[in-house]
Amino acid sequence: MGIVTPGFQGRARSADDKLPPGQYLVEDFPVLSAGPAPRVRLENWRFTVTTETGQKHEWTWADLKTLPSETPTVDIHCVTRWSKFGTSWRGVSLDTLLADVDTAADYVMAESHGGYTTNLPLEDLLDGQAWIAYEFEGEDLPAEHGGPARLLVPHLYFWKSAKWVKGLRLMLDDDLGFWEAAGYHSYGDPWREQRYQGD
Amino acid sequence: MVQGKLAWRVGRLAEVRDETPTARTLVLDVPGWPGHLAGQHVDVRLTAEDGYSTTRTYSIAAPADGERVEITVQRVPGGEVSPFLTEVFAPGDPVELRGPVGGWFVWRPASRDPVLLVAGGAGIVPLMAMVRARRQAGSRTPFKLLYSVRTPEDVYYAGELRRPEAGLDVTFVYSRKGPADWPGEPHRIGVADVNNAGWPAEFAPQCFVCGPTGFVEAVANILVALGHAPRRVKTERFGPSGS
Ligand SMILES: Cc1cc2nc3c(=O)[nH]c(=O)nc-3n(C[C@H](O)[C@H](O)[C@H](O)COP(=O)(O)OP(=O)(O)OC[C@H]3O[C@@H](n4cnc5c(N)ncnc54)[C@H](O)[C@@H]3O)c2cc1C
Repeated sequence: MGIVTPGFQGRARSADDKLPPGQYLVEDFPVLSAGPAPRVRLENWRFTVTTETGQKHEWTWADLKTLPSETPTVDIHCVTRWSKFGTSWRGVSLDTLLADVDTAADYVMAESHGGYTTNLPLEDLLDGQAWIAYEFEGEDLPAEHGGPARLLVPHLYFWKSAKWVKGLRLMLDDDLGFWEAAGYHSYGDPWREQRYQGD
Repeated sequence: MVQGKLAWRVGRLAEVRDETPTARTLVLDVPGWPGHLAGQHVDVRLTAEDGYSTTRTYSIAAPADGERVEITVQRVPGGEVSPFLTEVFAPGDPVELRGPVGGWFVWRPASRDPVLLVAGGAGIVPLMAMVRARRQAGSRTPFKLLYSVRTPEDVYYAGELRRPEAGLDVTFVYSRKGPADWPGEPHRIGVADVNNAGWPAEFAPQCFVCGPTGFVEAVANILVALGHAPRRVKTERFGPSGS
């Protein structure tokens, strides 16, 4: 337990077991990014998976939309302490996109329009845990929230769900993405409150 | 940038300054504080007698100065932490802090690019740290500050910002009610304000925008529309809501 600050009582405690430690619940959908939203035109949109040997797999917007989609409903947790329950999305499972990719990599760098990057273990993207999402609550994903398409990895803090995603680079060794290089946690499990390096 | 584990440290409130009727600057003494850059923030953790604790993030209001950490807290009505910090927390009382956090929304005194700062309400806090860092370093880098507030009574650091300072242009925009001698009607910041008070995009300034989410989105989009490269527009959002 931390040291007590005299006079501080805090609000009535609620034990909500869907809420990770240190988070509070919001009804709206706040925006968090390091700069303005890049505007990406669908005719130029590509999603590229690059393996550790340099082999590329590429999908256009039309390709993506012809792949089987899923409609996950998930809770999301932002490192700035808000959580939102029951958000619904449509997108393509990474299991589908990575099915024919031959790789020995254990790690992935997600890369976005605008230069944003974030690193993840490959296994966290597989087995029904991650999607390339293009609809939110039944509508096209707005640019502020990462549209036309973003990575969705709801079991990790939401900065891992890279907005405006344009590709995945498969890596044999882990490397640090944008926020991770600035001191945020390399993995980012909200249930273990892995906010900053060393947490 | 942040090396190893970010440790919780115990700080003590050394001094308070009321900025407005609802915002208070807290000057904390934090033994072992490693220093910070203008624009970074700190996590503040409060623990009650029964062991319950909760954490909030606050921007640092002044450049590094030994073991001193200055924050300015706006009272959010009904909030769990901000009313406590602005009304109850008293000099000599301890609180836990860790940081500094954030290595992106920072201004370094060695930088020579012209700077545009755009603040909405409490969003002035990290931008004031940049203004003060410039002064502390004797930097001649030209700064422009565009500061949106509801009324003249809501201006933080008013005495300091109204004192003329070479190379720093300050423009206020009032959203609810301006002072008697202010030309123009109260309004939210728009493209004309940013265009008039800012730098031409050809000067390739560094732009820092901070405030409530909706404000930051609006200003960042205006800057991009005015031709500023998105990578030169750095943003920090305080509020979870679009208010
Ligand atoms: C990077 C960053 C830097 C920040 N810097 C500062 C700063 O320099 N000065 C400062 O005063 N605050 C700052 N904040 C906001 C601060 O962290 C707290 O959110 C704020 O003090 C409210 O806390 P509370 O416990 O009083 O309110 P809570 O009890 O958390 O919330 C009360 C009500 O207000 C809403 N709410 C919560 N947080 C906010 C908010 N930030 N804005 C509007 N409504 C809110 C909640 O949804 C709830 O309805 C910063 C936030 C971030 C993310």
